[in-house]
Amino acid sequence: MSGHSTYEPKSGFTRWLDKRLPIVRLTHDSFVAYPTPRNLNYWWTFGAILSLCLIVQIVTGIVLAMHYVPHIDHAFDSVQRIKRDVPYGWLIQPIHAVGASMFFLAVYIHMFRGLYYGSYKAPREVLWILGCLIYALMVATGFLGYTLPWGQMSFWGATVITSILGAIPFVGEPIQTWIAGGAAIDQPTLNRFFSLHYLLPFVIAGVVVLHIWALHEVGQNNPAGVEVKSKADTVPFTPHATMKDLFATSIFLILFAVFVFYMPDALGHADNYIRANPVQTPPEIVPEWYLLPFYAILRAFDFNIGPIDSRTAGVIAMFASIGVLFVLPWLDTSSVRSMRYRPAARQFFLIFVVVSCVLGWCGGQSPSVVLAKSGNYSGAVRWAEGGQLIEQPIVATSEAEYPAASRAAVSAMRERTEILLASRNGPTGGMVRATVGGTPRSIEVRADTREELDEKINEAKRSAFGGGAPFILVDHNIPFEFTVTRLSQLMTAYYFFFFLVLLPLLGLIEKPNRVPDTIAKPVTGQAQGAS
Amino acid sequence: MLRALTIAAIAAAAAVGVAFAASEAEHPEDYRFSFDSPLGGYDMGAVQRGFQVYSQVCSNCHALEHLAYRHLGEEGGPFAAYLVRNHETGAEEMTTTKPEHGGRFVEVTDNPYVRAIAEAATITDIDGTSGQPTDRPGRISDYFRRPFPNAIAARASNGGALPPDLSVIVSARHGGADYVRSLMMGYTGETSGAQHVNRYFPGEKISMAPPLVDNAVSYADGSPTTVAQYATDVATFLQWAADPHMEQRKRTGVIVLAFLLVLSALLYLAYKQVWRGESH
Repeated sequence: MSGHSTYEPKSGFTRWLDKRLPIVRLTHDSFVAYPTPRNLNYWWTFGAILSLCLIVQIVTGIVLAMHYVPHIDHAFDSVQRIKRDVPYGWLIQPIHAVGASMFFLAVYIHMFRGLYYGSYKAPREVLWILGCLIYALMVATGFLGYTLPWGQMSFWGATVITSILGAIPFVGEPIQTWIAGGAAIDQPTLNRFFSLHYLLPFVIAGVVVLHIWALHEVGQNNPAGVEVKSKADTVPFTPHATMKDLFATSIFLILFAVFVFYMPDALGHADNYIRANPVQTPPEIVPEWYLLPFYAILRAFDFNIGPIDSRTAGVIAMFASIGVLFVLPWLDTSSVRSMRYRPAARQFFLIFVVVSCVLGWCGGQSPSVVLAKSGNYSGAVRWAEGGQLIEQPIVATSEAEYPAASRAAVSAMRERTEILLASRNGPTGGMVRATVGGTPRSIEVRADTREELDEKINEAKRSAFGGGAPFILVDHNIPFEFTVTRLSQLMTAYYFFFFLVLLPLLGLIEKPNRVPDTIAKPVTGQAQGAS
Repeated sequence: MLRALTIAAIAAAAAVGVAFAASEAEHPEDYRFSFDSPLGGYDMGAVQRGFQVYSQVCSNCHALEHLAYRHLGEEGGPFAAYLVRNHETGAEEMTTTKPEHGGRFVEVTDNPYVRAIAEAATITDIDGTSGQPTDRPGRISDYFRRPFPNAIAARASNGGALPPDLSVIVSARHGGADYVRSLMMGYTGETSGAQHVNRYFPGEKISMAPPLVDNAVSYADGSPTTVAQYATDVATFLQWAADPHMEQRKRTGVIVLAFLLVLSALLYLAYKQVWRGESH
């Protein structure tokens, strides 16, 4: 869209300046005369909203940095001081804290919009990659910032995340030590996190300039996904897009203000109001809501994959889940940009949005929480009352022989009684204990949860031992449990399936609906009737 | 080594999470505090009484390290003083009840209530001439007197348990003021070793003995001197201590939201005007 400039300097000064630094011309061409597709919907207003978010974070952040003390003994206190004593600190601090959440809310909508309308496809690959880079920088900045108040969640979040970096194959541990500035999270960590948290937003601002530059080179995508072909397809950026962006931004600010003024702590974790304590692990360590989907992917890997242990696999998957976005332009094989005209891809996209949200939910739950089970938990405690206790040693000639010897001893004993217990006390030796001639007794228990079952079995054990049983047999019957981890695994599988299989495949086999020839055609064609 | 420790810590955290789930404490009772609603402010009478409960009971073990005496008399504080003209005598009278209209805020430095509260406290300081530690009466600029000089001393006096700082306790606990209030009322009277059974405490066993008993603190304003009333008042005071600017924030929020709503309406009309005649 870098066509002919329509800027004409009006005054002597602007003519003079235009010959030396055509900055007014640049602004005019970029934000006034810039032709914008006429069919953009409200999903396209998030670029402006995000610019505002960045400015709000930088401005409030600079003020906060004037009062914040990056010291492990004073950071927590200095945040309290800002909220209590610094003029308008009670307003600036929550704006910055809530602002981070709002920033991520907006960027996720912006990214889903890009996904749905195919804004990553040629010629916008670089634009998309720059956007992914901004998002990655935002994640880093958000994490660093969450560390600064030096509450419990700050400290333990930093501990978990740096240990995640430590799991990167080969280079992980040196990176971990380098980032933390030592063997553990301490004063050097806080100092460098503060420095980086101040630096990265300006890096983001720099990449945003590149992002906008790339955008203005290739032009905006639009809901129809067809390129601008003539002047009829566009309207000037100002006032058309400007007014729409301002209106949407104002609505967004209402949401922002509701959180800042009425629920400033709703998006944070209560534990971050507890001063960091390196010797006391909080009951749960969770990141801020906007990182929960990736946390769920990290924790979904509770199994080893061949030589890769579960922890490394989780870390690789987590980085891959963001990394896959960078190569998305080459994964999607469809030539149709907008999913408006891709009936199958559209359904899978909607599932993808739901899956992302479910992943976020999973990330906030304890992984072992049981969501569904195939039946009841039950168990039995069996023992014999009275009778005679027999102890029969098991002797095997070698370690490999032991299982056979044990089986033989047990089956020999089983002919005399059912109440028997084999235990191994060495590589080749063991003992079968049995009660012969007593009255078999048993207590059967049922429960709704594993904990309740354990409790009931313990109770039964106590009464059995109280009745003088020399030993007892315990049977557990655990049904199949569908835990949060299992759900995370399913969702993670779909996440990667969507990018790595569906998008490449659908482009080849899907039959898209008819795409309009121009932007203007469907819009102006229905103008008299519908608009 | 660190890695092993970290993994152990995470594993321990997961285990504790499960253990917590196993002995889930009762959900705090939902009490209708005056500050619950979006426009609700603090019941300053309750904050004042809660301060009294804190001073006479809680402060023996629990610090309020982020609060200075001057905070009590700042605008929005429980002992903020106002000069109000008495219409009958014409004289100006000082009150800690915020007048509906009129009245002049008294700067903290001139606030006799706050000064009296501060001077009643004994603060350990360094003597200006000898350089030796010395005790002196508090000043309004002093932070609240701490019951113990450090965490070790605090543990030593409390059977190994550390009484947490209460400045932001309401923000630091799920359930907030409801939790604090319920905890004060949740003792069953049973003990478990050196610990006390409390229905609302995670794990249900708490090191703190029941702090409140009926008639322990006498109120000047005739409010009931029951555990329930003490609990409500101290929870209200701690909510104020954690969020002293809440009233100001909520008031500002109304103005900001009203402005944004009008702005949005105007911007919408402007947007419609600009796009009139443009099909899109």
